[in-house]
Amino acid sequence: MMTLKEALNATPAQLEALKAEIRAGVAAQKALNAYIDVENVGAGVPILIKDNIQVKDWSITSGSAILKGYIAPYNATVIDKMLGANLSPFGRANMDEFAMGSSTESSCYGPTLNPRNPDYVPGGSSGGSAAAVAAGLAVAALGSDTGGSIRQPAAFCGVVGMKPTYGRVSRYGLGAYASSLDQIGPITQNVEDAAILYDILAGHDPMDSTSANIDYTPIAPRLDATRKLTIAILPDYIKDASDDIKAAYHTATQALKAAGHTLVEAKLMDAKYYISAYYVTATAEAATNLARYDTIRYGNQRSANSLQELFIEGRSQGFGEEVKRRIMLGNFVLSSGYYDAYYVKAQKVRHKIQEEYLDIFKHVDLILSPVAPTTAFKFGAKETPLEMYLSDMYTISINLAGLPAIALPIENATSNGMPVGLQLIAKPYDEQTLFDGAFSLETQLKH
Amino acid sequence: MFETVIGLEVHVQLNTKTKLFCSCPTSFDARPNAHTCPTCLALPGALPVLNQEVLHKAIMFGTAIDATINRTSFFDRKSYFYPDSPSAFQITQLYTPVVEHGKLEITFEDGATKTIRINRAHIEADAGKNLHDGAISKVDLNRAGTPLLEIVSEPDMRSATEVTLYLKKLHSIVRYLDISDANMQEGSFRVDVNVSIRPKGDTQLYTRVEIKNINSFRFIEKAIEMEVGRQIEAWEDGVYAREIVQETRLFDQAKQETRSMRGKEEAADYRYFPEPDLLPAYIDDAMFAKYSQIPELPDQKRNRFVSEYGMSLYNADVITSMLETAHYFEAMMREGISAKNAVSWLTVELQGRLKGGMTPAQSPIDALTLATLIKRIEDNTISGKAAKEVLDYLLEHHTLDIDGTIEKLGLKQNSDTGAIEAIIDVILAANPDKIAEYKAGKEKMFGFFVGQTLKASQGSANPQMVNDLLKAKLS
Ligand SMILES: [Zn+2]
Repeated sequence: MMTLKEALNATPAQLEALKAEIRAGVAAQKALNAYIDVENVGAGVPILIKDNIQVKDWSITSGSAILKGYIAPYNATVIDKMLGANLSPFGRANMDEFAMGSSTESSCYGPTLNPRNPDYVPGGSSGGSAAAVAAGLAVAALGSDTGGSIRQPAAFCGVVGMKPTYGRVSRYGLGAYASSLDQIGPITQNVEDAAILYDILAGHDPMDSTSANIDYTPIAPRLDATRKLTIAILPDYIKDASDDIKAAYHTATQALKAAGHTLVEAKLMDAKYYISAYYVTATAEAATNLARYDTIRYGNQRSANSLQELFIEGRSQGFGEEVKRRIMLGNFVLSSGYYDAYYVKAQKVRHKIQEEYLDIFKHVDLILSPVAPTTAFKFGAKETPLEMYLSDMYTISINLAGLPAIALPIENATSNGMPVGLQLIAKPYDEQTLFDGAFSLETQLKH
Repeated sequence: MFETVIGLEVHVQLNTKTKLFCSCPTSFDARPNAHTCPTCLALPGALPVLNQEVLHKAIMFGTAIDATINRTSFFDRKSYFYPDSPSAFQITQLYTPVVEHGKLEITFEDGATKTIRINRAHIEADAGKNLHDGAISKVDLNRAGTPLLEIVSEPDMRSATEVTLYLKKLHSIVRYLDISDANMQEGSFRVDVNVSIRPKGDTQLYTRVEIKNINSFRFIEKAIEMEVGRQIEAWEDGVYAREIVQETRLFDQAKQETRSMRGKEEAADYRYFPEPDLLPAYIDDAMFAKYSQIPELPDQKRNRFVSEYGMSLYNADVITSMLETAHYFEAMMREGISAKNAVSWLTVELQGRLKGGMTPAQSPIDALTLATLIKRIEDNTISGKAAKEVLDYLLEHHTLDIDGTIEKLGLKQNSDTGAIEAIIDVILAANPDKIAEYKAGKEKMFGFFVGQTLKASQGSANPQMVNDLLKAKLS
């Protein structure tokens, strides 16, 4: 598959051929189930779009049966930006229902497989996006990351996935999961492509009040693998990770040293503490964000004896199990008498997490962290929701702190041959350093 | 003996050009759902952006009630399912509203005053409307997302009269500030009343009952009266604890009673939490300085009218309580007529002739016409009595032509000294006996001569001149 950089220099005829090749590939690899469908807008470079980003006149469902039949009447800001940069929304990527999941198993369209090994999950929730890029079925893709939903599937599939600083990329047109955590970002074949696509997506948007109103300097033209950086490593923090992850962490550490960076040790609180703060915050926001799907405007209208029955029946049947679980959890933590004990406390923990990161960033440029405690796992391996939630332990704190991070492939695991990705984390709005460090690591690993 | 304790929540629809969080227009006479967009329809992915004009109006209101204006206020989500709320939550300000701790002074008819504390005024989004049509219910979201300022008083009112005075003052203030059309019938000034009773002397607050759905001042007094009666009766019958529960009741105008809103018995849990899609609403120094410069308020205008025009507090109150009436009066005064005449012709003669709650400003007689009529009295063209006939004629025939009407009705007054003297001389010559009686001390005979003279002039003689000339001739 040609890279995004190459595709941006391709002739219209080459792009048409590329699109035909992708269509053929998607048809040939139907079992992978990375694409929900293959629609196209415009004559630009084809970019796969996660099914929660609004493209005008497309059926956009967030992987949920409750939104089947809904046609988006407007473009997300990122889609308009892409169209303005000669990129074509091309196909809808499969995802966990309403981006709630870490394996793309909860989609109403069925699971996406990991292209490396179909017995393994591709990660989630942007599993369709990552699997398509890894399988050579997309030049690049858009994902969204609320608690690792770009970085974790990128790591599981062996591609690059980047989550911008909260506020860098407009959320206007992104079907919300958790408003204070969601960011749209690129999933690509390499670091440079991620920078190129990120440059197109980023920038202030007056339609999104939480969009940062600050100057934006494009990164890709200044991408520099030779900058010498100070990078924090986290010896204690990785103790809960599998041997495969620890091995990759060692590999990455050696590569960064070899590339001339200075490594310093740092400490973060036990990653398990993040889980509670994250799931309280995310589910509280999600419960209200998803309340609009009341089956009056969306989903199959059914007859009912009362309004209440209409809401309950419609929502019970329209939403999947994981979504219903999170809606109930969110409503519980917000309910009268529990609000202070859960929601308010979670915000205090969130504040602590932010402080902890900012303290480390007083002394370093980047932090090297696992993306997940294991490589991709097999379908059905996680028996309880809590087990699944724990697999997010290394990604969610970055969303809680609003930081930018990029996951990139390091090596293949010795135990199962699956890719191992790690992530670099930067301070807010310092995406330039983030990409420089990732570009350096990627370059060094190729040697 | 019982005391009534009342607090009010007033939803004032702000008259901004666009909605609270999107750029849809706020006008209401459009086709259903014409004024909607992804944001006010709460479509997937759409986001709210605060209309700064709403903050401007909140600053003006906060200044008018002498309140604390929070330079940083926050929005919260209030969750509930109802078809007229497309997002199934309302964006409001629970924890830190834009305006807090204000006060408003009410003035009783006898001039006594009382301060009613205002707990807060917060910004929130209005819902749409459900229209029920037999078995079908329809939803119109044109109103969804319209900005409201919810003004919450402390439970400081003790009677329906105080409630009415408070509401009229509040209404007057928002109209003076021009932050709302404040039309009760159209729903841009909506009142919820919280009523409880307690034995006189008791300082504790008892169960408060909320009454909704009252759309005129008249009905508010009635609703309070009915609800207080219900509570007192329950107390006296010993069933207060069982029958008076914290609930929302609707006022039934036809049956003249309040009744429970069934189905809302389960205590609503709105699951409030900070709205993550919005930043805090921030008021910078420049915005604060600009919008805390507010126009003259009703009380200031009233006091100025008293000192500037020497009118009574009561009259000043009547004229200033509605901005349009105050403007009407001020327009009359610009015509150079006397304030005394302006007041009585505005508040008694014109107002007294208007029906169905019509105000002078809404009447067919504009300020210039009424002032012109007064001028014709003041320059002796017509008598006051004739002026009333002219006014009747103008209203009846939908004309504003004063001079033509005077001409047509032959009301022009005779102010020619010689002509009046000639008539007086005839009358006096014909009544020597009456002159004798008058001179003997029967002073009421004076009225007889005035009457005879006016009659002989067919009502055209200037009465003041008749008086003066008669006095001179009889002395
Ligand atoms: Zn709108």
